[in-house]
Amino acid sequence: MLPVVPSIVLLLLFLLAPVLWSFYASFTDASLSGRGAKDPQWTGLDNYMRMLGDSSFPLSAGLTLVFVVASAILGQNLLGLVIALLMTRARRPVSSVVGIAVVASWVLPEIVAAFAAYAWFSKDGTLNQLLGSVGAGGTNWLYSFPLMAIVLANTWRGTAFSMLVYRAALAEVPQDISEAALVDGARSWQRLLFVTVPLIRSSIATNLMLITLQTLAVFTLIWVMTAGGPANSSTTLPVLAYQEAFKFGDIGYGTAIASVLILIGVVFGAAYVWLLREKRP
Amino acid sequence: MHRPVRSAATLAAAVALLVVTACSSTPQATESKTLKVVYQKSDSFTALDEVLQDAKKEFEAANSGVTIELQPIQANDDDYGTKLALAQRSGDTAPDVFYEDTFKVRSDVDAGYLLKLDGYLEKWEDWSQFSEGAKAAGRGDDGGIYAVPLGTDTRAIWYNKAVLQKAGIPVPWQPTTWAEILDAARKMKAADPTLIPFNMYAGKGTGEGTVMQSFYELLYGTGSTLYDEKEKKWVVGSQGFTDSLAFLETLYDEQLAVTPAEALDSNVWKKVFGEWLPQGKMGATVEGSYTPSFWQKGGSYEWAGYTQDMGVAKFPTQKGQAPGGVSMSGGWTLAVGAKSKNPGLAFNYLATAVNKKNALAFDINNSQIAVRKDVAAEPSYQAANPFVKDVSELVAVTHYRPATADYPRISTAVQVATESVITGKQSPAEAAAEYDRTVEKLVGAAKVLKK
Repeated sequence: MLPVVPSIVLLLLFLLAPVLWSFYASFTDASLSGRGAKDPQWTGLDNYMRMLGDSSFPLSAGLTLVFVVASAILGQNLLGLVIALLMTRARRPVSSVVGIAVVASWVLPEIVAAFAAYAWFSKDGTLNQLLGSVGAGGTNWLYSFPLMAIVLANTWRGTAFSMLVYRAALAEVPQDISEAALVDGARSWQRLLFVTVPLIRSSIATNLMLITLQTLAVFTLIWVMTAGGPANSSTTLPVLAYQEAFKFGDIGYGTAIASVLILIGVVFGAAYVWLLREKRP
Repeated sequence: MHRPVRSAATLAAAVALLVVTACSSTPQATESKTLKVVYQKSDSFTALDEVLQDAKKEFEAANSGVTIELQPIQANDDDYGTKLALAQRSGDTAPDVFYEDTFKVRSDVDAGYLLKLDGYLEKWEDWSQFSEGAKAAGRGDDGGIYAVPLGTDTRAIWYNKAVLQKAGIPVPWQPTTWAEILDAARKMKAADPTLIPFNMYAGKGTGEGTVMQSFYELLYGTGSTLYDEKEKKWVVGSQGFTDSLAFLETLYDEQLAVTPAEALDSNVWKKVFGEWLPQGKMGATVEGSYTPSFWQKGGSYEWAGYTQDMGVAKFPTQKGQAPGGVSMSGGWTLAVGAKSKNPGLAFNYLATAVNKKNALAFDINNSQIAVRKDVAAEPSYQAANPFVKDVSELVAVTHYRPATADYPRISTAVQVATESVITGKQSPAEAAAEYDRTVEKLVGAAKVLKK
């Protein structure tokens, strides 16, 4: 027990304390400048009430959900599963080349990946140069389709994680069950849906939980690519919280948004835990 | 059991070491005094850095045992403000002397970041050299002075004479109404469709630049205002506000300004100064009196030809009504931190940094309008660039931002309105109505005034 104590203390100090402070600050009018900086007052639910009347909050909450569903739950998760399945059938050199290519985007630091994605999608970027060589360039992706660009960038960056989880899970699936299904005349999609997926259900739930929480917190990627613009059309909750707290100096309101974000994460987490437990034999 | 014991011992040793080193540095700090100076520095803004370096040498030579620790922050104006405010929150990181935007003075005084300087200013003979208007820039709500201005600025139309002449517009050019601006811009577009005829910033990307170098020139030229100083209330529902947005909409819709996507790029000004104007790809832009500092020798976009090629014009009022022009002034100050342990020394360093010699160097290198009478009278200041006289005269028609504690958020609300209009998200009337709602929410119904 003794060796664990320091790590628990550190966890409480560096993880729980900021979360608790953030909850506390969300009930005050703390700010970077003005009276709220000198002597923050307890304002109760004011910040949360303000959120209800603020037109940018529902927009951001909606964008955050779309971003998470499209880039994590559909993008990273399904693409990761598909690549993992294909890799189990591919020849060894092919699968390792694919693996390295996918993992490369994942090991990049977030800021580097963000600049790479920016360089790809920006108006004079790689994508438009490639399209231009077939006479189709010229779209300003980050301006005209900002949400799509960040969804694709986050999918590209995070797919490797899901792929690794599913490769490990698929390696654990006993061959004989799959073969028995084959003998019974199951088609390949039936074997996937009724044999493989139930066997790796716990990996699916764990993976979904981790990538959902990661994607909810994505900030650098969006900040570098679009900074939440144009006209707030890619402002997810972390970006909104940052803008309110540090650009406008309204720490109280910014932490209130961050607190809502934490609650959304808890809801998603609880849902996955419930899924994980429900159908265990 | 051995392991935990050993790691506990290591931990204890590490803690002891930390304590020992922490203690050993304490007596040293009391022997020699260190003043922390925080300011902004960027690739395109080094004038202040040079002045503060000079002042450091001067001050350390005169005060033995005192070290000036210069801590430049590499950031744009918005991020600089945030980083400075974060540093102010704790006594350990709060600077002794710092560079402060005039429009943040009052709200930072409220926050308790700035030291009241009245007592020091009384004994400082240079203070009488500062013009009355400039002294007001550092005044808090209680009437005390909290910051000393380094210089001020005005805004004007900067145009490329060659581009205008090619479109058949005679130079020197001085539009007298908004319609004349549009007229000239359309002529330039007709003469060369690849041209950016008349640029005005918009959107949140350019931050405070959007309102200072664009929107307010329009708004204050309609006879409307952002804030009613007498009633101490924010103005909503004015026709002038909608008209100003409509003017920007026209500029962007007819592609007389940059594209909306370019406008939202926070680095767009670099292209204005570095490429478009020098290369004759832009007709005119609304910019600050500091514009020549980018082009003069040692500037970030050196361009020897600017003295002949560029012209400067007053921004007109909407229909040519009196006083015939509009400008905006801001400027930056130096202030002493309220948490400073050596406020007297800190003030003396501040005074060294803004003495006649250093202020002259700063005003010339950064194309600032002098706030010291002795600097303004210097021949080298008047000869610094051919536009000093023109932009200094604009002080007669200039406006200052309402430097209340609410102001930074109101400014953002205006930027949001311009962004909605140029991106086509809202019509000018819708964006103005949204602005009204935002302002009312920010300051409360009791502090708005319908005009």
